[in-house]
Amino acid sequence: MAYNCVVLVKQVPDTKRITGKAMNDDGTVNRSALPAIFNPEDLNALEMALEIKDKSGGNVTVITMGLPAAATVLRDALYRGADEAILITDARAAASDTLATSYILSCAVKQLKYDIVLCGRQAIDGDTAQVGPQLAEKLGLPQITYVEKLIDIKDHTIIAQRNIGNGWQKVKTQLPVLMTVTAEANEPRVAAAKKMMKYKAALTPADVSQQVKSENPDAVASELNELSSLKCRELENKGLLIKQWNLDYIKADLNWCGRNGSPTKVHRIQSVVLAAKESKNIEPTDAGLTDMLHELIDDKIIA
Amino acid sequence: MPNFYTDNDDIRFLFKHIDLGVLASLCEEDFKFASQFDYAPASAAEAIRNYALVLDSLGRLSAEFIAPRAEQTDREGNTLNPDGTVSYAKGIAESLDKLAKADCLGFTLPHRFGGLNFPNLVYSMAIEIVSRADASLMNIFGLQGIAETINAFADEQIKQKYLHDFSAGKVTGAMVLTEPDAGSDLQAVKLRAFQDNTGNWFLHGVKRFITNGCGEVLLVLARSEPDRSGGLGLSLFVCDRGPTVHIRRLEDKLGIHGSPTCEIFFDNTPSRLIGERQRGLVTYVMALMNGARIGIAGQSLGIAEAAYRVARDYAASRKQFGVAIEKLPAVRDMLIDMKIALEAGRALLYETSRVVDHNIAVEKKLEFNPPAEKEQLKPLKEQSRRLNRLASMLTPMSKYFCSEMANRVAYDSIQVLGGSGYMRDYAVERHARDARITTIYEGTSQLQIVAAVRGVCSGACEKYLADLTQQSYDPELEDLIAKLAEGTEQLKNAVAFVKQQGAEYMDLYGRPLVDIAINLIIGYLFCDQASSKVALEVLIEDMAGATNGQKILMKKRKALIARRFITKNAPQIVALSQLICSGDKSAFTDFAALIGPVPEQQ
Repeated sequence: MAYNCVVLVKQVPDTKRITGKAMNDDGTVNRSALPAIFNPEDLNALEMALEIKDKSGGNVTVITMGLPAAATVLRDALYRGADEAILITDARAAASDTLATSYILSCAVKQLKYDIVLCGRQAIDGDTAQVGPQLAEKLGLPQITYVEKLIDIKDHTIIAQRNIGNGWQKVKTQLPVLMTVTAEANEPRVAAAKKMMKYKAALTPADVSQQVKSENPDAVASELNELSSLKCRELENKGLLIKQWNLDYIKADLNWCGRNGSPTKVHRIQSVVLAAKESKNIEPTDAGLTDMLHELIDDKIIA
Repeated sequence: MPNFYTDNDDIRFLFKHIDLGVLASLCEEDFKFASQFDYAPASAAEAIRNYALVLDSLGRLSAEFIAPRAEQTDREGNTLNPDGTVSYAKGIAESLDKLAKADCLGFTLPHRFGGLNFPNLVYSMAIEIVSRADASLMNIFGLQGIAETINAFADEQIKQKYLHDFSAGKVTGAMVLTEPDAGSDLQAVKLRAFQDNTGNWFLHGVKRFITNGCGEVLLVLARSEPDRSGGLGLSLFVCDRGPTVHIRRLEDKLGIHGSPTCEIFFDNTPSRLIGERQRGLVTYVMALMNGARIGIAGQSLGIAEAAYRVARDYAASRKQFGVAIEKLPAVRDMLIDMKIALEAGRALLYETSRVVDHNIAVEKKLEFNPPAEKEQLKPLKEQSRRLNRLASMLTPMSKYFCSEMANRVAYDSIQVLGGSGYMRDYAVERHARDARITTIYEGTSQLQIVAAVRGVCSGACEKYLADLTQQSYDPELEDLIAKLAEGTEQLKNAVAFVKQQGAEYMDLYGRPLVDIAINLIIGYLFCDQASSKVALEVLIEDMAGATNGQKILMKKRKALIARRFITKNAPQIVALSQLICSGDKSAFTDFAALIGPVPEQQ
């Protein structure tokens, strides 16, 4: 049978490419200094969904929540083989912590028909690994976290292998299910040429308004709206309009969204500056190496 | 993130420098496909954007996925299973799966068969990028000419049967030409093709050294006219892998271990005729081979690029006599020569691919959409003849130059690394082994010279050099252009001398003749690049490898390269033309005395 998969993805700053300007003076992340990328483990989640589709059929829908610029990861998902992409963007969702984020995402997922919901294990900016499990709770789904291998999926049953730190565990459950996927699960496929050639022109209504505005600097608001909706219709007819939902559309309770819905309070931000205070020369001799090894063992850096 | 497209300044520069818009418009037949296929471009700008997107994605796949698997693939090789099937090395199988998912296995096929319909020039870039990651994978990735041959010459039914599957990566193919007694001399092919009384064709016989002979779709050159010897007795057939196709052996080779080289026994294999009888070798295989030669030139560039980078990196970090070895005059000179040879090969191959794209487009127009007016038809036919002559000269030149260059660069890379380069700890020994085949298959260097020297001596080269002289170059290159003009005069003298001596003498001195011509052509191409309108700035790495180093305009760099290339070649051109005009025929007159008898077997 065919399965409908929903994959939740996030655009994140590339924390692997930290430069001197990566942090603001107040200790927060300077997002403009870091390139924005597809959260790596979300690509593994997408790949797992695409593999399920390749094998059993069905649809892959990708959702992201963020600023309009996050549409970039949705286009990337379309290039790789997703059937549909949805952007959830709303100023009232700003400053959401994991609880509020998972609430908003649950409202969005409820709008769709699904058998399997997939998330990356965690995002490389927050590293909380909380949104997936919280989302499963809110959707009332069984969850398999830390999936490193999909063993079998048949009728309404799925068997997956999850990493439990010191080994692995096989888990069997009924669909629908939510899984969070680790980097070990697969090697994500790259963009497909023909899909890139087609979907490079895919835009969200927010992208369209911005484009129309920059192309018509002298137009008044009503004209801009008209031009935008014209362009949106045109894109929609070609299958190139990326859906864009706000909190009203997904019927979210505003008390649970954004700052109101976020109990997390930042207690203190510590700006850690790594600087070598002392250095030590190790002679490239057997004796020097032995001394270094002993020291590393004493410091419990290696066992 | 590593990316073999974006990290290559020269490819990025040439991508902008060469007018891809013209090629896009030719391939897309003025963008008429945009209304039928949602991914076909509607304008030149969009097409160029598509090319860049795909190369970028392929560059990433090559760097991140394919390259890390190459070493293991080289060690592992392919396996001939007891049931007669062949299993690819794991890295090859995985990479092919990724390439198929990336839609990259129908690069030049028309949209209607699910292909990308890209120009050959962009395909050449792609082949180089993939080969740099794993040269042996190119032998499957770069076999897209098989599908292209079916597209060009087979009937619609055969096209429909195979081409969608090729584009989707569901099948791979093989060019099944060589036999134990028919290698360079394909006219001697014996494998028998015969018909039953209902007219169905069958194949019977043995083929040897078949790259990817375990593929699903086999293009087989066979003798359909038993009474007719030579090329005109041969036809081209297509058949499927099946119970009558037996892989008897996988060759144990020096290099390209990921590419399975098969011996095949056809035991009355059902097959279908491609195109017309008797045109197999003279028309279809010649077209197939020309495409494959461009592919091998691209493969050679990829290997050379990979080897050069290892050497460049090593020379910057290896210290001897208290300095990085790149500071030593002999090493530094060698590194510069390697780098310039690479860019010379790229200049020649891309120019060749560009000419081939024009040639194919004009041929297509003449065949399917010829102008009704005689006044328009005549110049188009004339243009087609001219392009055809030029492509027939430049193609073997590119294959010859790039493959010899790759061997030299890979050899010198080991030299730069010294003892370490000889060990398997570094990739350069693999690159040297992989490079070795490139001067041999799809026609040896000697055969490429035989094909190219006819262009050099028939006037095609002279005409082309004259066209190159007419282009506008930056004024500061004036002295270089003058030097190239001097060289051209020397070539003319040499050609005139050779013509008095006859065809045998021409083949004896084919190599120096072709070498002079190639040097002059590349000299002009470098000057053209040095006169580019493209304002691309590239980094000049400083000694510490810092990323905030000094930058230079690529065209300025190319001016320096042109100066060194032309200046260093000028005396060689003089020497080569003196050699040609020496009249020395000792290879004919004193052969036995010079080399003695065949050594007796011990």
